[in-house]
Amino acid sequence: MSSNNTKPSTAVLDHDKVADQASTYVAKFERKETPLQRFKKFLHHYPIAAPLIVLLLAIVSFSVIVGDRFLHPFNLSLVLQQVTIIGVIGVAQTLIILTAGIDLSVGAIMVLTSVVMGRMAVNHGIDPSLSILIGIGVGALAGFINGLLITRLKIPPFIATLGSWNVFFALNLWYSKSETIRSQDISNIAPLLQWTGQTIDFFGARLTYGSLLMLGIFFLIWYALNWTAWGRHVYATGDDPEAAKLAGIRTTRILMSVYVLAGVVCAIGAWVLIGRIGSVSPQAGTMTNLDSITAVVIGGCSLFGGRGSIYGTLIGALVVGVFRNGLALAGVDVLWQEFTVGILIISAVAIDQWIRRGTA
Amino acid sequence: MTAQYDKTPVLQTKNLVKRYGSVTAIDHADFELYPGEILAVIGDNGAGKSSLIKALSGALIPDEGEILLDGKPVHFSSPMEARALGIETVYQNLAVSPALNIADNLYLGRELLKPGILGKVFRMLDKKEMERRAKDKMTELGLMTIQNISQAVESLSGGQRQGVAVARSALFGSKVVIMDEPTAALGVKESRRVLNLIKEVRDRGLPIILISHNMPHVFEVADRIHIHRLGKRAAIVTPQSHTMSDAVAIMTGAMEVGESEGEAA
Repeated sequence: MSSNNTKPSTAVLDHDKVADQASTYVAKFERKETPLQRFKKFLHHYPIAAPLIVLLLAIVSFSVIVGDRFLHPFNLSLVLQQVTIIGVIGVAQTLIILTAGIDLSVGAIMVLTSVVMGRMAVNHGIDPSLSILIGIGVGALAGFINGLLITRLKIPPFIATLGSWNVFFALNLWYSKSETIRSQDISNIAPLLQWTGQTIDFFGARLTYGSLLMLGIFFLIWYALNWTAWGRHVYATGDDPEAAKLAGIRTTRILMSVYVLAGVVCAIGAWVLIGRIGSVSPQAGTMTNLDSITAVVIGGCSLFGGRGSIYGTLIGALVVGVFRNGLALAGVDVLWQEFTVGILIISAVAIDQWIRRGTA
Repeated sequence: MTAQYDKTPVLQTKNLVKRYGSVTAIDHADFELYPGEILAVIGDNGAGKSSLIKALSGALIPDEGEILLDGKPVHFSSPMEARALGIETVYQNLAVSPALNIADNLYLGRELLKPGILGKVFRMLDKKEMERRAKDKMTELGLMTIQNISQAVESLSGGQRQGVAVARSALFGSKVVIMDEPTAALGVKESRRVLNLIKEVRDRGLPIILISHNMPHVFEVADRIHIHRLGKRAAIVTPQSHTMSDAVAIMTGAMEVGESEGEAA
């Protein structure tokens, strides 16, 4: 009987057949695209375009306002040095924001691990390279704790890391005894810790090893996000965790790996921080938390997860750096730099919302 | 009965039981899916059909009874294990990731790596190969009205998304495809395309379990209809032997049908 597929019940399906002949007119609204709408579509298609345009506009305007001083290779390499730390921590923050999380403890992890590296090498006389590894281990452990709070105890990332931020910062003050390790002592005992601050000459620009390390991290994470299954799973987990789970992705594992990796990246950021300021201070880098979020947001990452790119964050960090540096060179008060960064964040999110509206 | 129903069922349950406290969701249920057929599973809300389907797709572990795949007893403790044995499920919410593209979604969780050192050491994805195979599968199933395999799934219509989810199950399902309410959220024309797609998949040799509340759709595509009531099979009917009203009557208990009677019809 099953070989005979003509069914007596097909008569009832006539209402469907009629639908096939129906006019499709209602589905086609004639719409003329204004240039603005086309621009919006373009931005939706290339999310990286918006921050890139802002960066280029900023560079052009500052070179007009400030003149040659701004475009001088020395100044540009200074900008790069200034954004190095935000860039590295921004990588960690990007990973977490891609999973629809947020990490308020990145700055605290960085400072804590920098103190661990410094005290291990200088006060306890442990080999500097081993000290750095221990610091990275502490960073991984801190990320692991964040991951556990979020995946096991199901605490929202904002709250979990708000708590761990305070805990890590207190541990940092306790372990450092609130003392700064002097630059002189580090260069005598453990110069390797300051290696990230050493410069190499590159066509008149002075690049630090720290900046190169940052670019290296960007490349590695870019590769991992775009060319490995793990990267696809990070996006899928942030995009729709239920769907990801049904597709066979172990989302808990992905989240854990992201938080641990973020901790490791923060620890590398700590090494870069020591090179940048020379000393180890438990009070250093207090602005890094919010700056990293700023860089990620300006770079076009969605705070709702699953959308954004790692190079967006690099551009976002550069935008912040260029504005700070350009405004300083133009003789604008620091408070207006903060003001501008604030405006940038709000505009970035507003543009993001505008792009998403109606084109999705 | 034609030859296909004399064979060993592809997927079968015997005396399956699942209790939640005092509630018996599956009450000694029998179930058979034969090669090359579309078997619709219908039942009123609370009849226990979703529990049965969950047991078949590995999302639920039964208390008693056995599940046989190609005549051999199997035990799934997760949907992953069922998938590994060739049972694919198209979930009602589709389980696709809107921001990822079609090829990424087809291979989500089962990505292909580049051959050689690039794949082994650097874990590099073979994007070209995945896109090529995704394109082949979509073309095979007549879904290449979607022009660009690298377009984000969020830019597709509901029916096209369903198409992506079905293509994924057809790509990986080697034994059985389970479809949960595939036409529930779709308009008339999109439903039609999805129904054609379901037949297409069946004609390519994959048996399908179709769960649906939509009687016209069930009666159009199903070869046999398993009617679930009070936790077990109330009857098996065919679109030829019974009308929709009969099916509804059996489903709601207004009509009593012995199982053998249903089978013989």
